[in-house]
Amino acid sequence: MDYVSYLEYKGKHKGLLGWLLSTDHKRIAILYLVSLIVFFLVAMTIGFLMRLEMLSTGKTIVNPQTYNALFTLHGVIMIFLFIIPGIPVVFGNFFLPIMLGAKDVAFPRLNLLSWYFYIFGALLVILSLFVGGGPIDTGWTFYVPYSLRTQSNVTLAVFAAFVIGFSSILTGLNFIVTIHRMRCPGMSWFKMPLFVWGLYSTSWIQLLATPILGITLVLIMAERLFGIGIFDPALGGDPLLYQHLFWIYSHPAVYIMVLPAMGLVSEIIPTFSKKDIFGYGPIAMSSLAIAFIGYLVWGHHMFSTGISDTSRAIFSFLTFIVAIPSGVKVFNWVATMYKGSIETRAPFLFVVAFIIVFSIGGLTGLVLGSLNTDIHLTDTYFVVAHFHYVMFGGMGLLFFGGLHYWFPKMFGKMYNEGTAKFGLLLFVVGFNTLYFPMFIMGYLGMPRRYYDYLPEYKIYHIISTVGSWILIAGILILIINLVRALLKKERLTEKNPWGGTTLEWQVDTPPTLENFEEIPVVEHGPYYRDNLIKPGKSH
Amino acid sequence: MSENTHTQQHPGYGLYILVWAGLVGLTTITVALAGFNLAGLTVVTALAIAIVKSLLVTNYFMHVRTDSPVFRVFIFVCIAIFIVVIVLTFFDLTYRFPLK
Amino acid sequence: MNNEATINHGHAHRDDLGSKMGMWLFLLTELLLFGGMFILYASYRYMYADNFKVAAMHLDTLIGSVNTILLLTSSLTVALSIAALQRKQTRFSVYLLLFTIVAGGAFLVNKYFEWSAKIGHGIYPKGPEMANLSDGEVIFYGLYYVMTGLHALHVIVGLVFIGFMVVFILKGKQTFDNFQRLENAGLYWHLVDIIWIFLFPLFYLIH
Repeated sequence: MDYVSYLEYKGKHKGLLGWLLSTDHKRIAILYLVSLIVFFLVAMTIGFLMRLEMLSTGKTIVNPQTYNALFTLHGVIMIFLFIIPGIPVVFGNFFLPIMLGAKDVAFPRLNLLSWYFYIFGALLVILSLFVGGGPIDTGWTFYVPYSLRTQSNVTLAVFAAFVIGFSSILTGLNFIVTIHRMRCPGMSWFKMPLFVWGLYSTSWIQLLATPILGITLVLIMAERLFGIGIFDPALGGDPLLYQHLFWIYSHPAVYIMVLPAMGLVSEIIPTFSKKDIFGYGPIAMSSLAIAFIGYLVWGHHMFSTGISDTSRAIFSFLTFIVAIPSGVKVFNWVATMYKGSIETRAPFLFVVAFIIVFSIGGLTGLVLGSLNTDIHLTDTYFVVAHFHYVMFGGMGLLFFGGLHYWFPKMFGKMYNEGTAKFGLLLFVVGFNTLYFPMFIMGYLGMPRRYYDYLPEYKIYHIISTVGSWILIAGILILIINLVRALLKKERLTEKNPWGGTTLEWQVDTPPTLENFEEIPVVEHGPYYRDNLIKPGKSH
Repeated sequence: MSENTHTQQHPGYGLYILVWAGLVGLTTITVALAGFNLAGLTVVTALAIAIVKSLLVTNYFMHVRTDSPVFRVFIFVCIAIFIVVIVLTFFDLTYRFPLK
Repeated sequence: MNNEATINHGHAHRDDLGSKMGMWLFLLTELLLFGGMFILYASYRYMYADNFKVAAMHLDTLIGSVNTILLLTSSLTVALSIAALQRKQTRFSVYLLLFTIVAGGAFLVNKYFEWSAKIGHGIYPKGPEMANLSDGEVIFYGLYYVMTGLHALHVIVGLVFIGFMVVFILKGKQTFDNFQRLENAGLYWHLVDIIWIFLFPLFYLIH
């Protein structure tokens, strides 16, 4: 049979429709990829504008109401349209079936539907900017009672988030059934790649946490439209119950963001260490542990809100516990690299940057998780720095890292590695210049979401804003480098450019419509190499 | 190998009707009990009866009893998370609004 | 969860177990959707215990009980209809499903009368009578409308599902050895029943 890549495959529909109506998991992944990058760039631009505003006290380029709308939108778009869908919908969709030795996911049409929910929700977010009372200004957390009273377009924006939630649920559902039912012969649970374990744990969170956000958002709409009064203090409601319900989803949501990224690290490190992974079992189980314990810590977002002392102590304790499985992963990754034959290719450098940046973010999370320090640091820039280090330095960095790892396989083109490494360098320098001063000014008392500030913080804001320019330059270089590679005429046909061991490196570059001509039969673990480097032996 | 459909032994008509009778009976009991003042036990008894009814529907009408164990694991995980979340929430409520 | 149970042999294959799994996972999301509301109910009942009892006295226990029996019976008929289809008693299977739809419809009619009565008395969000009620009662009715309303929506969805199954059976798309869709629709309907099994005592039977 002649080789036809999934990019060139001509099915029932032609041209653009062949992409918009395709149920091929690979094409759906590309649809998501384009959408995600577009929304990422939009939210990044909003961030750029925010930092410009913060260059000086008082008004710099926008008025206070606009600033409130900007940071709300930045959060809503980044979180719901980029980070949460993020790695699962692009790399999970593209590679999960291939890594399992399957031809597609369990429910290909539901997969396409999930993208349409995503796009429909995104369009509603855009619509909410122009219709009714204007862009929403509550912060991405939609806290009551302000979200019940403000004239801005809360109902539409919240409905948009509700719709996007369905996309998340369908993706999770699809992946769980795919992993249970479609592993190829020989691939037991403990022979699956660790990226799959990451996706599996993530999918359970997507499935079981998102509905709680769903109902909470429905209640906001019900209160604004019908005056139901469940959270409204004027009608006897308890605003803290809103916060409880909101964070019962939104804390596990951060594990939706980071677990796939950590799974990706577990793929990249063995490939570039030329070595079997150290501690497969613990890494796999730690993903499940993080997913479960992640449900138990949400109160640490509410330490200063007036919840009981007993619950605060319990949540603080549990927050410390959840750090342990992440530590397990880091130790196993380092142990994998030890006495390996390290190749410092671009994807590997992304992972190294991630481990450093994420560790800083994670450690500052412990600072915030301790009750006494949190009282001083909560709602300051310290928190802003913390979550950008873990979310952006974590998932964001690895989204680009994954792109650089799998780009050759997905598109059959190779990018300029020198340029990629340079872009990464600018990214890391810019990132730290942008966010590290925020730790300091937060510690010194600069509140978050504030439009104006005292002159003593000005120097930190200026450094931070300059950092944002360097970071953006790095990101643009990375993206343009990849786009230029796409436009190159020179095709890459090498199936395994990096020397990886998982199944995606055995299929065609790029893969065909059905991935495999014959379903593979697996004998070994996913990182097994014939020339295994054993500890103690030199290469 | 096809484990589709006919390898599962679904209950016969009689068992379904028996379960239904049990459900109706339990409903009658729970309505009758509502007439009594059980003070602190009101919620617990109402919930206990509701749980038994749900177990009947789940195990027999929804075939969980005879199906692959994976479904029991799924349901258990879901309920465990729900219970854990409600317990943690009440650690806040019971101290903010102590019972007099 | 052993490897032999997977269906990935490369050729197109109907996977009934996978289909059932997909429906069960969806049901879990519905459980948690209502679960969020149950958390709120539990919290507010704890906070406003006495006023909840006062408010609950205005709900009609008879209609609630009748509705409970209707849903329980409709669950029976759905389960029986699958058994009937398996035994190739196609006509009987369809009649059982039609009974389910009628019972579900009757449930909705009852709900309509219940709500109309309340609304007629001014007891609805932002209604005239609400200002005279205590905070606990206002919250009770807020929860009542949202939870029974959400439940009623799911009843409607369930009835549509079952309606489709009637059509499929009549067209021969669901048969004695190909009935997973019917079973999935049944599972959805049973969930709707289970949610009501909890709603009923929590709203109608707290005296």
